[in-house]
Amino acid sequence: MGILINLIGVFLIVFIIWWFWLYKKQSEATIEGSSIDIIVDSGVYEPSVIHAKAGEEITLRFIRKDSSPCSEKVLFGDLDVSADLPLGTPYDLTFTPEKKGEFEFTCQMAMYRGKLIVE
Amino acid sequence: MNTKSETYQRLYVSDISCASCVNTIETALKSLPGVEDVEVNFADRTVNVSGDVAQDVLIKAIAESGYTACLAQDNAKDADKENQELAHYKELFKKTIVAGVISLIIVAVTMLDLIPDLTTFTGQVSWGIISLLSLFVLVYAGGRFFTGALKSFKNHNANMDTLVALGTGVAWLYSTFVVIYPGSVAEIARHVYFDTATLIIAFINLGSALEMRARGKTSEAIKRLIGLQPKTARILREGNEIDIPIEQVLLDDVIRVRPGEKIPVDGELTEGTSHVDESMLTGEPIPVSKKVGDQVVGGSVNKSGSFLFKATHIGKDTALSQIIDMVRKAQNTKPEIGRLADKVSSIFVPTVMIIAVLTMHIWFNFGPTPKLTYILVTTVAVLIIACPCALGLATPISVMVGVGKAAEYGVLIRKGDALQKAGQLTTVVLDKTGTITEGKPVVTALEPSESSSEEELLKIASSVEINSEHPLAEAVVEASKERNIELSSIESFEAISGHGVKALYQQKTVLLGNRKLMDDNGINLGKLSQRSDDLSKLGQTVIFVSLDAQPLGLICISDPIKTDSKDAIERLQEKGIKVVMLTGDNRATAETVASLVGVDDFIAEVLPQDKANQITKLQEQDEKVAMVGDGINDAPALAGADVGFAIGTGTDVAIESADITLMRGSLHGVADAVSISKATLRNIKENLIGAFGYNTLAIPIAAGILYPFTGLLLSPIIAGAAMALSSVTVVTNANRLRWFKP
Repeated sequence: MGILINLIGVFLIVFIIWWFWLYKKQSEATIEGSSIDIIVDSGVYEPSVIHAKAGEEITLRFIRKDSSPCSEKVLFGDLDVSADLPLGTPYDLTFTPEKKGEFEFTCQMAMYRGKLIVE
Repeated sequence: MNTKSETYQRLYVSDISCASCVNTIETALKSLPGVEDVEVNFADRTVNVSGDVAQDVLIKAIAESGYTACLAQDNAKDADKENQELAHYKELFKKTIVAGVISLIIVAVTMLDLIPDLTTFTGQVSWGIISLLSLFVLVYAGGRFFTGALKSFKNHNANMDTLVALGTGVAWLYSTFVVIYPGSVAEIARHVYFDTATLIIAFINLGSALEMRARGKTSEAIKRLIGLQPKTARILREGNEIDIPIEQVLLDDVIRVRPGEKIPVDGELTEGTSHVDESMLTGEPIPVSKKVGDQVVGGSVNKSGSFLFKATHIGKDTALSQIIDMVRKAQNTKPEIGRLADKVSSIFVPTVMIIAVLTMHIWFNFGPTPKLTYILVTTVAVLIIACPCALGLATPISVMVGVGKAAEYGVLIRKGDALQKAGQLTTVVLDKTGTITEGKPVVTALEPSESSSEEELLKIASSVEINSEHPLAEAVVEASKERNIELSSIESFEAISGHGVKALYQQKTVLLGNRKLMDDNGINLGKLSQRSDDLSKLGQTVIFVSLDAQPLGLICISDPIKTDSKDAIERLQEKGIKVVMLTGDNRATAETVASLVGVDDFIAEVLPQDKANQITKLQEQDEKVAMVGDGINDAPALAGADVGFAIGTGTDVAIESADITLMRGSLHGVADAVSISKATLRNIKENLIGAFGYNTLAIPIAAGILYPFTGLLLSPIIAGAAMALSSVTVVTNANRLRWFKP
């Protein structure tokens, strides 16, 4: 019994590491045309991984449904782009990512997390 | 990186009266290049345009089709936001009360032993009812934690919701299991934890509500700036003065401002004179005098006379709107110091989950009996006490308040990084002209030779100099205007770069310039030579004038030092910062100004293109260097410095080369910026130390590290209260900055 419970614990730890850190597949999307809708709700950006092309203007339309203040801001730290998202009204954030690479976007407290992959 | 904030533009068309108007406007706008979509709302007379088109072009196109359009400003948006926030706050509060009251009932019945033992049927039923009651609390007041946790989990993400949901969920599930199968748990471990689950939910809701309240205060600076804009403007139309909403003001509208009123938009004064208080925008406390032709800024207050002005910038183009935009953007940036916290918070929640599992293991393998009770108490406490929010908020919340505070003093910080660097400066380099001095040279003395007179000297010099664009020439011409001297025309004019000018005046050759120009042309200056040396030592710039190879005299010009430069430099030195003056002037002039204002060092005779090199040289000596200049002539130096300050630009905020723009001409702005940056940095450090310290201490305590020594365990309820308080504490600490005075 003791060994079983210990094994379950070890399994849980392995599972946490795999599920949250090693497992890569997230809700991905590629921008079609020049704009994409991103739902901001319950601690998650949907989709949370967005593919874009370098040098092409993109519009990320954030639709914020979460009323908690955490979700109000969206910050692309390395790109110098940020926005205050109104609740319930779509907000278009338009910019042209020039550099290739992976750029994280988060809420102010970095609890909401997403990634813009510029190819 | 091009950021375009206006993919959508909303215009207000006051004279839409029929469906055909809608068609006309739609057709007119759709024909414009760049317009992607047009939506005319007949009911509220607004037009939404999407696409990359300037406001002016849209307004003009509508005007050409016979209608009057103006920008529809989203004042409503801010009001909406406040209402939404208030509603959310009220909801959180309601949830706190419901969860709190039910929790107290559960606590009371438990403590007063009102419910029979679980082994009896009545006991099981009664506890079953309490289980349902607490399930109601979890769903009603804590539902968002569970949906958030589930959604995050599906996305391979974990956040605060995950921890709260796990902690309270485990407590409720275990307790309900005990209620249903009391026999399967040893008697000593037969406890239920419904009150724990509900109280944690109550505390966390209360914490969120308090945090929200405190957060609202962090954006007070922005609200104050938004509040500066008046709601209406009194415009002159067809000879009548009428009050209209500010959104309907058009470019070139003539607007009346009476004493005591706020100026609605930016413009140029066309009639009357007044004094205008621009302090809320620039931090400049003394009202500025305004006459015809001067610029007035929206949001400033007319103190004395009534005047008319013509609107030159409206809507999003006004200085005030740009300031608000810049402050907002800067508030959203994070300085380097916050990066570590970001990295930690990105792995925080799964790490806490692993610690919770390890805690379970340790208590299971090494803990006393009843093991199940100890495991439950410690695991739930670990999950609940860990606070990723405090860590995540530590930096950005202080930046928000710090950037806002700086804006109050007319200091516009472009990025969080500049805020951090400004707090770590060791050397401040000040450009002389326009930064330490007024930047407007004036004639201070005229010294004619024996054969000439002051009047002749000034007349000839001005007649020549009126053809020049040199700032010193302007001073000479200005002096002749003051003395009402009539100028004569000249026959030819030639600028000799770096030396002066050569002109033909009534068939005689006039030379006007520095000593080298005179020496090169073999002019014997005689007594004037010694006099010039003396004046140079006093910090005066000397111009020689000769007529047909004979010296006519010399003109002294100096650029007055700003009255508060010396005090401001002293303030910087008191902060342990070395102050260096940089100037293109000759050594003697530079030395005089340097000693008058008390800088630590000066670098003279620097060509404009070499300013940036001087900054690099200082940086190579491991100095953290700020450059302060006008942002136009010294853009490369500003960009090269660790922090570039553009000074005295009035309300022109669009200076890209500067990290920090000072809207007031005074050097005190630099000292203010340094003070505020230092205070903000200190505040961020306090928050980070607090948040890191809290988590590194609280998690082991919750796991029961003190138990072997003291026999004490942390109640999960206390853990819930501590967690709720930790993020409130961070926000409240940041709010202390609001009272900071530089």
